[in-house]
Amino acid sequence: MSDTNVQRRQFLKTSVGAVAVAIAPGMLLFDMAHGKSEAVSSKVRWGMLIDTANCADGCNDCVTACNKENGLSGGLSPTDSQWMRKVELKDMRGGRTLSLPMMCQHCDEPPCVDVCPTGASFKRADGIVLVDKHLCIGCRYCMMACPYKARSFVHEPLHDQKPDVPRGKGTVESCTMCVHRVDKGQQPACAEACPNKSIIFGNLNDPESEISKKIRTVQSTQVRADLGLNTGIRYQGI
Amino acid sequence: MASHSPLQFKNRLFYALVAAGGLVVLMGLYAAHMMEEHGHIITGMNNQIVWGIPHIFAIFMIVAASGVLNVASIGSVFGKTVYKARAPLASLLSIALLAGGLTVLMLDLGRPDRIIVAATHYNITSVFAWNILLYSGMFAAVAIYLWTMMEQRMNPWSKPVGFVVFVWRFILTTGTGLIFAFLVARQAYGSALLPPMFIVLSFAWGLAVFHVVQSAIYAWNGNTHTPDIVKRMKNLLGIFIIGALYLVAAYHLTNLYFAHQSGFEHFILVDGGIYPQLFWWGYVLLGNLLPLLLIVLPGLGNTKSVITASMLVILGGFALLYVFIIGGQAYPLNIFPGYEAKSSFGDGQIGLYQPSLPEFLLGCGGLGIAFLITTVSVRVLNFIPHDKPYIAGRGTTD
Repeated sequence: MSDTNVQRRQFLKTSVGAVAVAIAPGMLLFDMAHGKSEAVSSKVRWGMLIDTANCADGCNDCVTACNKENGLSGGLSPTDSQWMRKVELKDMRGGRTLSLPMMCQHCDEPPCVDVCPTGASFKRADGIVLVDKHLCIGCRYCMMACPYKARSFVHEPLHDQKPDVPRGKGTVESCTMCVHRVDKGQQPACAEACPNKSIIFGNLNDPESEISKKIRTVQSTQVRADLGLNTGIRYQGI
Repeated sequence: MASHSPLQFKNRLFYALVAAGGLVVLMGLYAAHMMEEHGHIITGMNNQIVWGIPHIFAIFMIVAASGVLNVASIGSVFGKTVYKARAPLASLLSIALLAGGLTVLMLDLGRPDRIIVAATHYNITSVFAWNILLYSGMFAAVAIYLWTMMEQRMNPWSKPVGFVVFVWRFILTTGTGLIFAFLVARQAYGSALLPPMFIVLSFAWGLAVFHVVQSAIYAWNGNTHTPDIVKRMKNLLGIFIIGALYLVAAYHLTNLYFAHQSGFEHFILVDGGIYPQLFWWGYVLLGNLLPLLLIVLPGLGNTKSVITASMLVILGGFALLYVFIIGGQAYPLNIFPGYEAKSSFGDGQIGLYQPSLPEFLLGCGGLGIAFLITTVSVRVLNFIPHDKPYIAGRGTTD
């Protein structure tokens, strides 16, 4: 009897040990895969200030960096995705010309989020507007609603996607403010690539951040401010 | 044997019609399959014209599905006996058109396989999501309405249920109009006039569809129109056409009054290429003025001219929707007021759209679904309007 008990205890100990050894690496991998466990907070509002006076006509470095970072083809046909584009503007009264990068304006009141039937378009607590690729049914109503023409629809099957930037045929996508980089404490690719440092990225809610200080001292504009969307992207010089 | 031949002919005609309708539906499903396989690259739609031909078919059918119920409402809610005899057919057409339109809308999605997500994840602020409820509610309400009309024991309920349907379809067409009315940043849309405009358009389109279908059913079953009834219903069509034209005119005139909209109106009404052509020739002339003449001119107004007028109204409806949906997207968004803009993404440029065959096949597949539902239902149940055995005041047929 006692032998049986000892054997049974031994068996239980070994089993528990084996289970622990089996589960532990999985738990570690799970943690690694999920990265930082803390949730994003509304104490932060990510934004950008773009100085159009410094944005060189013909320079496309931010767009190229965006395409490379997010695995976009860089094609310019009407069916290709363009998360970021350079817009050339000419003032109809004085004839002044300027050039600026245009992308998702990461609105505080995003029309795309309002109209999305499934909630696939959503705004994170830190102000970044994203599309959940698992919920998007591809109805394109958000593209109709966006005042900035910031969204693209994936018209063709995709190849060679970036692991950090999931995309999907038949779904809508747009600038993510390089959320995968921002969550790691890095700058969005466009801000880093700008040779003239015309794109300042930072926390609009932190009065000590570079972007907040600059917005206090220079005149900045929200595109289509009349719509009252309170955009996260601000422009200087328009 | 001789007495069987009309029946045989009817049988053969029925199977031929079902086969033809089935073929159209199959072609539509094949187009949808190709779109899912290859992506929307095989359509003419792109990042500027994001809604195309399938949406024109779908919206026409959904709007007409609501409007066709007018015939039923005039019978049930307002107690007009002539219309009451037609209420079951009108309700059937409503269900058929709604099914056709929604199928097209669903199969045009980028991910039609995820349609269930639309039911499991619901964004309460989205007018699209409201419409999902409105459409399913409409199916249910009209099905119950049909039951109350066709099951004798339920007849007393047909009036209150008819009233619910009457209210529901107003809300439904308001919802369809709101899909566009809530698009604040687009020049063509974002107007509070759109829901009432869609409601009045639905009256005209729905009644036109009803006229055409009723005549086809009569022809295929060897019945004839009663001249009095044709006269009453054509007058109603005339009033609806005038009402629709008035609201479309009001929409454009209010736009013309706002300085910031004049560029868009100039594009749609004058120099936008195919859009002004379709608007003036397709919608105004062929879709409204000519049908009005066919209805009111002395010497005309017989069954044949009313059917021609109805077909023209339907064609005019498609023309208007092409101008409204495609033209409205083709005109560039005014992102930087006061500036001329150009970019690699079509800023400041008129969007180009060349519809492709799969889009038309998908749209026609939707019409095929509506046709099949109607043809089969009329064959198996008593949907053909009977005017003679009608007993005025009692509201039931013997």
